[in-house]
Order: sequence, then structure tokens, then C-alpha cells
Amino acid sequence: MEIGRRRFLGYVLAAPTLVAAAELFPAGAAEAFDITEIVDLNDAMTLAAAPTANLISVVVNADGSVSFALPRAEVGQGITTSTAMLIAEELSVPLDRVRVTLADARPELVFNQLTGGSNTTFSTYLPIRVAAAVAKKRLLDAAAARLGTTALTLTDGVVSDRAGRKLSLGDLAVKAASGVDERVAVQLTAPKNFTVIGTPRKRIDALAAVTGRKTFAMDLDVPGAKPTMVCRPPTLNGTVGSVANLAEVRAMPGITDVVTISTGVAVRAETFGQCIDGVRALRVDWGPGTAEGKSDADVLAELRRAELPLGPKPLTPTLESTFTFYFRGNSALEPNCAVADVRAGRAEIWAGLKSPIVAQQTIAAKLGLPVSAVTVHVVESGGSFGRKLFFDAALEAAEVSKAVGKPVKLLWHRADDARQGRTHPMATSRVRLSHVGGKVVSFEQRHTSVSTDLSHGLGEIFTAVVAKLPVGDAGFSQTFFQLSQSTPYKFGAVSRLLAETGTGFNTGSMRNVYSPDVTCARELMIDQLASTLGQDPYELRRGLLHDSRARAALDKVADVGDWGRSMPEGTAQGIALHTEYKSVSAALVEIDNRPGTVGRKVREGVTGPRVTKVVFAVDVGLTVNPRGLEAQMMGCISDGIALALTSSLHLRDGYFLEASWDNYFYTRQWNTPLDLRVIVLPNSSDHPGGAGELGVATAFAAVACAYGRATGRMPTSFPINHGTVSFPVKPTIPPVPPSPTDGLSYA
Amino acid sequence: MPEHTFRVNGEQVTVDVPDDVRLLWVLRDVLGITGPKYGCGINVCKACTSHLNGKAVNPCAIPVGNVKPTDEVTTIEGLPATVGKDLHPMQEAWLDVDVAQCGYCQPGQIMAAVALVERVKAEGREITDADLDGLRNICRCGTYVRIREAVRAGAAKM
Repeated sequence: MEIGRRRFLGYVLAAPTLVAAAELFPAGAAEAFDITEIVDLNDAMTLAAAPTANLISVVVNADGSVSFALPRAEVGQGITTSTAMLIAEELSVPLDRVRVTLADARPELVFNQLTGGSNTTFSTYLPIRVAAAVAKKRLLDAAAARLGTTALTLTDGVVSDRAGRKLSLGDLAVKAASGVDERVAVQLTAPKNFTVIGTPRKRIDALAAVTGRKTFAMDLDVPGAKPTMVCRPPTLNGTVGSVANLAEVRAMPGITDVVTISTGVAVRAETFGQCIDGVRALRVDWGPGTAEGKSDADVLAELRRAELPLGPKPLTPTLESTFTFYFRGNSALEPNCAVADVRAGRAEIWAGLKSPIVAQQTIAAKLGLPVSAVTVHVVESGGSFGRKLFFDAALEAAEVSKAVGKPVKLLWHRADDARQGRTHPMATSRVRLSHVGGKVVSFEQRHTSVSTDLSHGLGEIFTAVVAKLPVGDAGFSQTFFQLSQSTPYKFGAVSRLLAETGTGFNTGSMRNVYSPDVTCARELMIDQLASTLGQDPYELRRGLLHDSRARAALDKVADVGDWGRSMPEGTAQGIALHTEYKSVSAALVEIDNRPGTVGRKVREGVTGPRVTKVVFAVDVGLTVNPRGLEAQMMGCISDGIALALTSSLHLRDGYFLEASWDNYFYTRQWNTPLDLRVIVLPNSSDHPGGAGELGVATAFAAVACAYGRATGRMPTSFPINHGTVSFPVKPTIPPVPPSPTDGLSYA
Repeated sequence: MPEHTFRVNGEQVTVDVPDDVRLLWVLRDVLGITGPKYGCGINVCKACTSHLNGKAVNPCAIPVGNVKPTDEVTTIEGLPATVGKDLHPMQEAWLDVDVAQCGYCQPGQIMAAVALVERVKAEGREITDADLDGLRNICRCGTYVRIREAVRAGAAKM
């Protein structure tokens, strides 16, 4: 709780060693929020946490190390490193002394253990520092008692007095411990005195990653947890009927169990290879799925029917276009997977989970166990991109473990992950802008999307605040949409509405959620306006901006990227910007659409136009780790290139054609820009905004704009290659492809 | 069940599994060597890339019955020992450039990078952009630019 300028209240908790704590969000602070100040998603999420928040604790151990269990999921975004930096800063210990682990599901945190909305650093920046500052104060107090002087400094994990006497953190950890819980007031370090926050640091988990020692869910050695896969239906969410050859498959080499579950037929074996063989051998009577018979065109027609009308046509000149965005997969490289050990009266789950509390509650309900009997361990994930907001594999693993009465290590085959996994919903975005004298006087956007499933807990957050928000009784999605979309431009009368339609698809919040599509449509329309008015796209944007931070980002990329330089025919620059999460970003992209480049041949790959250069500027308010921020923007750029040019799922006859990475064309080395520069702009705030998803929309829009300028035609359907199915479609029965034997080739 | 004997990371191992089980599962599920990752199982994503007698291969697509007793399999865990150090220069370059995000593809990326550099060196030339474009390993976090930087830096020290 803040009690004055940079003064906060924390706690020392009764424990054998020093445990310093802070409220993740202080109780009572909700009243301090003026509801009219709730302008974006981060505020809504943070506010939702207020009445239910609990303590987070920094522990100083007798060996001099510092530990912290972060109630968030590390999925590659670098939050264990940035969290360790916050602690190192306020506690004055070397970064490598801080060990950050992921907290098990803590149901008492209710809304406050959800990793999403680029909210982690935004919501934990103060509480983690307060806890660390309390620890530092206690250590100094303990040292003062020991040395008989208060003239002490704590630097690099060592307390020194003026006489040169030194005490290590390990010497003081037990002395500084408390027998009772105590409230402690502390002052936080002023930003101008930061020595860790704002400096580029390497990831604390990098050594584990490059040596193969980093442990993901499938690398855990849980006794008896044998490999398990599920034979899945040929169409999306098809139902499972009888199995014709159960005994035969059960007798196959290595197979220990075959059991029908709600989503298919589970095969447990000594190795995953034998699971694959078992899954392929099963003969199952499948029922219809939830998108039976539907193809892309059917969904597109549904979207057109669901679109909300635009207002009366203005009398001023207008530009109007409709953009189509096909289904996309948010598969991480680590497929859906989980370990489950369900026994009579208890269960234990291990998985990469961004909503572990909802997972715990749902699994408990499925198993008929009290929540307290289900332990959910959050394991570091091999990527997420929104996928791990869901716990499909953990729920399935629990079901299988209960059914066979043994622990299981359940893995989705890549084909399962591609065909039955979560998708970014297909959407259309209709935009109409009217203009007079080079100024935009109205801007209307009607975004129409297959429903996004927010049932993983993010929805619950909005349940808590939705009644307090100015959107009235609109549902979660409309709330999310309105909160996540802001326009940095002077657009006069702005009307932006979301309509959702259709269920039956396994959707989710893919990285940056609605923004990549919404922003891409908006930025292309600005380019179209520039073209109509005969103006320069950069200058036009600049004139339309009302936000000085956005203008600084735009100016930076235009300057560094040499906007407007002369380029050969078939190549072009594009420029775009996006603001969200209290952060701003701009991108300048160069694309090569010349035949020699477009026609490059790569085996089982898609080439097409190549983004040759990206200059990206980002201002997240206050940057904790510039090196990590650059990495996040680099990833966002790879995602944006994929969304614009190569990556989509094709729905045909009730199933997605794509079944693996040789069908789903995420950005590869041959699509990667050879020249990429990320510029972290100077801090513009004393508080960090969100970063992890910010750049996807920016990069997508800039690539789309560059492509439009290279071809002379504004693209309206994404990705641009969706019309071509450039791979042989894998069979749906059996649902997974055979294991090949060409491992000595193509590496 | 048939027994298979071969060498993994400098040690001779004997496993008792059917011939057609792919090497990836023998490494991970039988021997507990979890550096090579599963990302597709069909020799596409390259997350399991390891070395067989110094050449990059994909264990998800090698039946264990095809591995000969004299074959030396090197996974990421055994890479440093091939240069007699705690870390291979390519791993050091990876740390210097801070490549990893989620880290899942990184063992395969590093094994592919080492094999590429050795192949290019054997051909007596420098690494080109075309060589780097030819790396097929998927990084879904999109760290490709840092991977390219690290491969060049690692090559300079190999």
C-alpha cells in the first residue's frame, strides 16, 4: 500500500528465515481508483485483483540466495528475469543470487494468478519491489544490531559498516527473521538511482536452455507417469463412439492401457512412439463434430450476416473497405501436454499453465475432488502465444489418469495440436472513414469475428469489473475489445464495435488478441487515404496523431529507417503504429516482392515476398530489461510477418487441413529480415506498461502496408497466400501421420 | 524384445525396445535424455536435432534398429564434451547473444548450427545468408535474427 511518495507498507512474516512480503495489490485500493480512469485492459485486470489479492513473498535463505515464487507463468517472455531484476534492484543483491520459480496454483489469489494481457510487469512492478525493500530494511536492521551501528550500506549482497566490517546476506538471513507477522514501512528506490532496472540483462534461464537442462512438462520424471496420446476424431470436436479393435491395440508392443475418454481414445505406452503406433491402429466409430461440413466460405458468409451496420453515410467523402482474416493457429513449439497423477482422494498435475487456478477448479470438479485435494504445479512452458491460457491437456491428462488408475505423461501429437487445438478466430473488419480537407472527421470500424473463447479466467476477471465499466451490460468480449483498442489518431467521431458469431470452434486469445487484425485494417485505410489525397503515408499519420509518444516512435522509425528513400520497382517501404497496454510502438518495414524473390524454392516451405528490413521503435513507459524488450519485439515482428504473408489454417468440410509445421507456415529463417533493428525509446513514465504482445499488431500492419505499396494494390485478405493450399493434405484417419524413417536426411 | 547397443554422448548404452521405435523416444522415454525435444514427430520442426557420427540428424525419424553398435549419437547434453569443455563455443555464443526465449527449440537449433558450421568449414568457406536461410529449425518465439547472429559468432570461435 502506498502511504506517501515512494513509501509503501509491506510485511515481515513469521518464519525461521527472513520472509518479506507485500500485497500483490493492496486491499482497499479499489476505492482509490476513479472508475473514469479505467481506460484500458491493464487497469481493468489490476483493479479486478484489488479486493482479493494476497501476499507475495521474497525469501532470504541462509546460503545467501534469495528466492521468490512468481504467481505467473514463464512461457518464454522473460518475466522470471525481469522479476529477478526488480528484486536485485531493491534488495541490492547480484542478479545471479535471485532464484525465481513459478508458484503452484494458489486459489486464494482468485483473479491474481492469470498470465495474460501483457499485464505481468504492469501489475507486479510495485509489490515485488516493496517485498524486496522490506527484506533489505530487515537485513540492515539485523546488521545494525549485530555491529552496533546504523551507518551501514548493503551493496552486492554484502552489508558493510564504515570500519570495513562486512556481513553477508547468509549471515543475516536467520537473524533478520521474525517470530511474528509485522507491518513495515519502506521507501522504494527512486528511478534516477536504479542500477539494475533499465539496464540490459541476459535471461537468468539461458544457461539451462542452451544446455538442454531447462525442464519442460514432458521432461519431468514423475514416477510411473508413462507416455500417453489420444486418438482424436477426423473432424473438429467430433464425438467418440465404439472402438472396433480395443483388444488388438491393447496387445500391441509397449502399450499398457487403451481407454475411451471424452475427447477420444487414450493410449498409454512405454514410449510415445508406441503411443503413435497405437493411435494409428485404433479403429473408432466417430460421430459428427461441432463444425461439421463447414468450410472457410461458410464461416465467411456467417460473419457477413453477423456484421453490425455502419451509421448513416456521411456527406463528406468516404473511403470504405472490408478486410478478411482467416483462422490462424497459436500452437507453441511445445504442444499441449501435461503430467497427471490421480489417486483416490487426491490429484497432482504438472503443466505450463497461465490460468492455474481455473485449471485447478475445473480439474477438481471433473474428478469430483475438493479443490484442496488437487495440487497444480506450474511448469515453465515452451511458448504460449495465448495457447496456455487454456488447460486442455491438463484436464485430459487428469481424466486419463483417473480412468486407468495410473500416472500419465500426456502429449498432443503435432497433428492434434494443429487440427484440434486453439485457433485465432476468423474475422472480418469493415472500415469506413470520412475526410474533409485532409482531416479525418469520422472513423467507423465493424469487427466481426468467430467467438473468442475467454472462459479460461480472463473472462472471470471481467465478471468482476464489468458492471463498473462504462460499457454497460455488454459481454466479456465487447468489454475486452473496447478496453484493448485505442486509437492514437485524431479521427473525429469514432465508432468501433465488435460482433461475434458462431461457436463450435476451439478459439483463444492469440498473442495481441483482436489488435493485429483491427490495427492492420486501420493502418491500411490510412495508407489508402494517403493515396487518395496524394499525401505521404508517414506525414499523413504524423499530422493525424494526437499522442506525442506515438509521434516520437513514428518519427524515430522514419528517421532511422530512411523513410521515403528511393527503392527499386517491386520493393517498397511500409510504416505503421500501434498503441496498447499503456505502451506505443511504430514499425518501418521494407519488402521485396520482385519475381526472383517471390519465386524462391524451399522444400516444404513457403517463400513469397520477403521482408528485408524492419526498424521498430518501442516505448513501454518504463523499460525494466531493454534486452528482453528487444527480444519480445523481435518475436512480435516474426509473428506479424507470418500473419501478413504466410500463416493460416484452411477449414474444409469440418476440419483444418493443416496438420504440422510443413503445412502451417510460421515465419522461418528464409522469411526472416536480414536487417532488423529494435530501438527502445527513453522512458516516458515512472511505471512500466505492457510489452509481450505489443508489437504483433504493429509489425503485421507495417508488412501489410509495405506489401500494398510494393504491389500498388491494397491487400484485403490475410494472410496474402491463403488462396493457395501449398501442401499435400494429410489424412484425418488415422489422425496422426506415421513416424518417418528419413531422419538421416534434411537436418 | 531385441536389444540395441550404440554410443550416446560418449557412453555405450544397451536398450531393449522394438526395432521400429524411433531414436527420439529411446533417448527420451527409455534413457531419460531429454535435451532433444518433440515438436512434430515427422522430421519437420527439427526440435530434436542431434548428431549421428558428427552429422546433424533427426532422431524422431530414425528407427532404433537402424542405429549400429559403432554409431555415436550426440545430443545437446554431450555437445560440450566434443570440444572438451563445459560449454561448446556455439553455446557460449548463444549465451552472449541471449538468443533463447522459451528455450524449447534451442537444443535442436544449437545442434543444427554446429553441424552447419562444420560443414561450411569443411567446404573451406564462410557462412553466407543463404546458409542461414537453409536452417530449417522452427523457433515459434521468432528469435531468428539472434540465431543468425549467434551462429556467425559461434562459427568465429569454432
